[in-house]
Parts: sequence; structure tokens; C-alpha cells
Amino acid sequence: MSADGVDLKKRRSLTLATSAVGAVGTGFVIYPFLAAWGPSEKAKAAGAPVEADIGKLEPGQLMRVKWRGKPVWVVHRTEQNLQDLPTLDGVLLDPASDDTGQQPEYCKNTNRSIKGKYLVAVGICTHLGCSPTYRPEVAPEDLGPEWKGGFFCPCHGSRFDLAGRVYSSVPAPKNLEIPPYQYLSETKILVGADGGAA
Amino acid sequence: MSMMKNVVGWFDDRYPLTKVWNEHLAEYYAPKNFNTWYLMGSLALLVLVIQILTGVWLAMSYKPDAELAFGSVEYIMRDVEWGWLIRYLHSTGSSAFFVLIYLHMFRGLMYGSYRKPRELLWIIGVIIYLAMMATAFFGYLLPWGQMSFWGAQVIVNLFSAVPVIGPDLGVWVRGDYVISDATLNRFFALHFLLPFVLAALVFIHIIALHKVGSNNPDGVEIKKGPKGNRWSDSAPADGIPFHPYYSVKDIAGVAGFLFLFAAVVFFAPEMGGYFIEHPNFEPANPLKTPEHIAPVWYFTPFYAILRAVPSVAGSAFPGVVAMFASILVLFFLPWLDRSPVKSIRYKGSLTKILLWLFVIDFIVLGYLGTQPTTDLYTLMAQIGTIYYFAFFLLMPIYSKMDKTKPVPERVTE
Repeated sequence: MSADGVDLKKRRSLTLATSAVGAVGTGFVIYPFLAAWGPSEKAKAAGAPVEADIGKLEPGQLMRVKWRGKPVWVVHRTEQNLQDLPTLDGVLLDPASDDTGQQPEYCKNTNRSIKGKYLVAVGICTHLGCSPTYRPEVAPEDLGPEWKGGFFCPCHGSRFDLAGRVYSSVPAPKNLEIPPYQYLSETKILVGADGGAA
Repeated sequence: MSMMKNVVGWFDDRYPLTKVWNEHLAEYYAPKNFNTWYLMGSLALLVLVIQILTGVWLAMSYKPDAELAFGSVEYIMRDVEWGWLIRYLHSTGSSAFFVLIYLHMFRGLMYGSYRKPRELLWIIGVIIYLAMMATAFFGYLLPWGQMSFWGAQVIVNLFSAVPVIGPDLGVWVRGDYVISDATLNRFFALHFLLPFVLAALVFIHIIALHKVGSNNPDGVEIKKGPKGNRWSDSAPADGIPFHPYYSVKDIAGVAGFLFLFAAVVFFAPEMGGYFIEHPNFEPANPLKTPEHIAPVWYFTPFYAILRAVPSVAGSAFPGVVAMFASILVLFFLPWLDRSPVKSIRYKGSLTKILLWLFVIDFIVLGYLGTQPTTDLYTLMAQIGTIYYFAFFLLMPIYSKMDKTKPVPERVTE
């Protein structure tokens, strides 16, 4: 092949322009493939609030409600539980719930709830997403004599008290999430919506 | 005979048939001193074939749907003709694959098979190992049992621990805010795809191997030694043709391996809860985590490392980094080893002790990863993690320091 009369400069710029257009095109084509991995419209729409009837919940009992595919716990705390909560402040990471992302404003209190009696919390460990087990008993053998009832994550040993507050020096970095919720009546709550109270 | 020659000749004019056969089998000269450790690679290839074959057959009856998946696995076990065998071959195959690959990697570690000029060969191997781990992880979700669900939940949340982009990344991987039908469906697609990627990577691994030539238990470069053997004047004197010498040896290895493999498939497919974990006989329940969750045994050393690292400043990210670093450090192994010799046979006692301690460390970490955390176990895992990294990161120092023995000119019998 003869290179006579070939404008190499022009050829190079044409090669460059062709490659650049190709790269931009590839970028455009990749996007739909990456975006297709995101949640579908159906998945996004599945976040509707759910009602729960808490009238039959006995003191010390826990019930689970499914909200956005996650377990939401409702715990009926006893008087003793409520008295124990402030005594634990010293061993907790965030006793005053200063991390505002973990609860609505109206639950930033000692009990982390609207009404002291009922704890409503997302039952997903803030470490790696296991659902902790409910351990209401006081001072069981495996959790030590200081245990006043709470939640223990079987996956990596994180501990939470009965207000979902995380103990210090466990893997979980944050208190359990308190979802937005409201009382529809004395015995009925709506999880996932708070009528704009937040 | 001439008829046969004509047929082969017809192909040879159009495709490098004889050329490929000779270059990679009949005239590929491998060192004559291979031992049992050199069976693991070809056995792993056999298991890959078993996995693809049984996997495709399982896919004919399996339903990647959160409502149907668990039931379809039981359907395979009970109603599909020989379905139980095909599934147990597949589930045992995954564990066998990792057993063989760990032995294969240990062989490389012992004989310095990652040293120059085999750095790239080793790196391709580590990529294969990563692809295997991803394949196994995607596959583990498919039975949609309790352990499938919560195992995937924990591992996907590892991505969520990445600062800033983490939560969005987790949602992107799951395709939902929780592990759901969307996640199961895509994991099935990826679990079907990746084995073929693996097969391609294995092909590249073998091409790289045949470019540089096989290492051997002495770590002697046979290509640099004297030339001339029974088959060729220009071939290394210490080499023998792969076919028929090693192809036949590999067949003997296959027979031995299948004997053990079949024993597990028929008599202990669950392996006491290590190959198929007990909570996985219960359908996935997003509201309840099993009392104790642990990954399958081949992931547990890394899981122990993940749990050993405490969270820093309210983030679980350091543990995640340590876990990935424990695998990624393997990429740098060729440049961490500064010993003047390759094989453990000619290294000093310091390296030998440290290598055996590393084996024990890996097994102990693996055991700890299967157990619930206690203060003692966490401490042990922390010590184990430190040793794991020290073994690699201090290698430039101790491998240089350690006394070595003289390496012979030729391979030993």
C-alpha cells in the first residue's frame, strides 16, 4: 500500500473522532443496562403504609408487621422496662438518639416512641441487616447479669435495649430505625405514614 | 489409515487441528516430577463440567420466583426422575470445587508457582477464584431457604456499608429495598451466566500456563535446563509429553476423586450441615432471622475476618475492607515473595513454619466463621486476621531473610 498523497493528520483526526463518537455511543447504550438493575416502578410503589391492631398485645409481648418487605416490631413494654431504660444510658452508643436519621422527630425521646408503652421499630439490625431476636428476659446466662431485656442480633452479636438503642462496642453502628407511624385509635396504629407530623 | 489422514488433512487445511493438539497435548512438555498436588487443576476442570451439566439440568425444573423457588427445589428432590441425584451432584460439586481450588492454590503457594514468569498465570487464577466465589454466592440464594435469604441479606448489605454511595448501591444490587423476587430472578440469571465466563477464564488460564510452561515441586525451570529427550531434540530434557503421560495420570486421579465424591453424594450430601445448611430446609422468611446464621464453609474464613474487625466511627466499612483486602492481597503475592528460590523444598525452616501456621490459621478462621460470636472467639478471630495479613505483608522481609538451600540444576526424581 502506498502512503503517497495521504493526509496523515486528517486521517488521525478522523480516527480520533470516530473513536470518540463510538465511546459516547457505548456510554449511552450502557446506561439502560445499568438502570435496569434499579428498583422497578412496581417495587417503588410497594411502600404503602400498613395498619396494625395492637389491642391484643399483652405486656412483654412482641408482634411483627411487614412494611416495605421488612419486619416492623411492636413491643408492649412493661412499667419495669420503662424504668430500666434510663439506667442503661451509660452503656449505650447514642442514648439520647442524637442521630436524627434513625427516628422521626416526635420519637426523639427516652423511650423512642409516641406512647411510652409501645415501641415501634424496624426489626433490621443496623449492621448488616439481620433481624435481631427479642430477648425480654432479665439477666439470661448468655447475655450477662446486666441484661435488662432487649434485642440480640444472632449474626454478629449486636445488642439493643428495649427502645432499640444500640450498645456501645458492638458491630452495629446506629440505633434501630423507628419508622414514621401514627395512632389511628387507642388500639390501632398505621406504620409508614404519620400524617406529616414529622 | 490414509482415509483418516485425508480427513485430518482436510481439517488441518481449514483449522489448526493437529497444531492445537500437538501444542497443548501431545507435544506440550511438562516437568516429569509432578506429584499428587498436580491433579487438582484438572480435577477442578472436571468439577466445572459437572457443575455446568447438572446446573443446566436443574434449570429445566427450577423456578426463579420467590413464590415458587423453594417448592420447585423440593419438586426436583421428590418428583423429578433422578432429580435428587442431579441436585446432590450440584450441591456437593460446589463444595468439591472449593476443596480442589484451595488445594490447587496451596500447591502454588508451596512450590512458588506464582513467581516469575508465572505472575500473570497466578493473577488469572485469582480472578477465576473471585468469579467462582461470585457464582457460588448467586447460586446460594436460589433454593430460597432461610439461610439463602439471610446470607444474601448480609452479603448485599456489605455493599451498603460503603460510605456515601453504599445504600444506593445495595438497592441497585437487589433491585429492591429488600432481598426480593427481583433479587432472586437476577441472581438466577447471573448464576447461569457466570459458569460460562468461568470456562472462558479457565481457557485463558491454560493458554497462559502453556506459554510459560508448568512449574514443578522443585521450582526448577525445565526450559532453562538441558535440551533433548526421547521425543524431541529441542524439548527440555526434564519434560515429558502431557499426552499420554499426564492425561493418563489425570484419569487415575479422576477415578480416585470420583470415588470420594460419590461417597459424599450418596451418603453425606448435607455433610452435617456444612454443605447444605439446616436452616435452608425452611422457606425464606423476611421477618425472622434464624438463631444462628453462617455462610457455607468455603466463605467462612473471610466471614471471620469481616466479623473480627470492629466498626470505626459508626461504620461497618472497615470490616468489609478487611474482608475484600484478604482476597485482593493474593494479587500481589508474586511481588511479595523475595526469596531467591521458588519451592518450599529449598526454602528455610522459617518460611516452612510460617506457611504451615498459615494453613492452620486459615482452617481456624474457617471454623470461627461457622460459630456464633463470643468474646473468646472474637479475640481468636482478631489474632487470626492479624496473622493472615502479616503472613502476606511481612513476606518481603522474612522471605528475603530466611536461609535457603541450594537448588539443583535438574528436577529430582
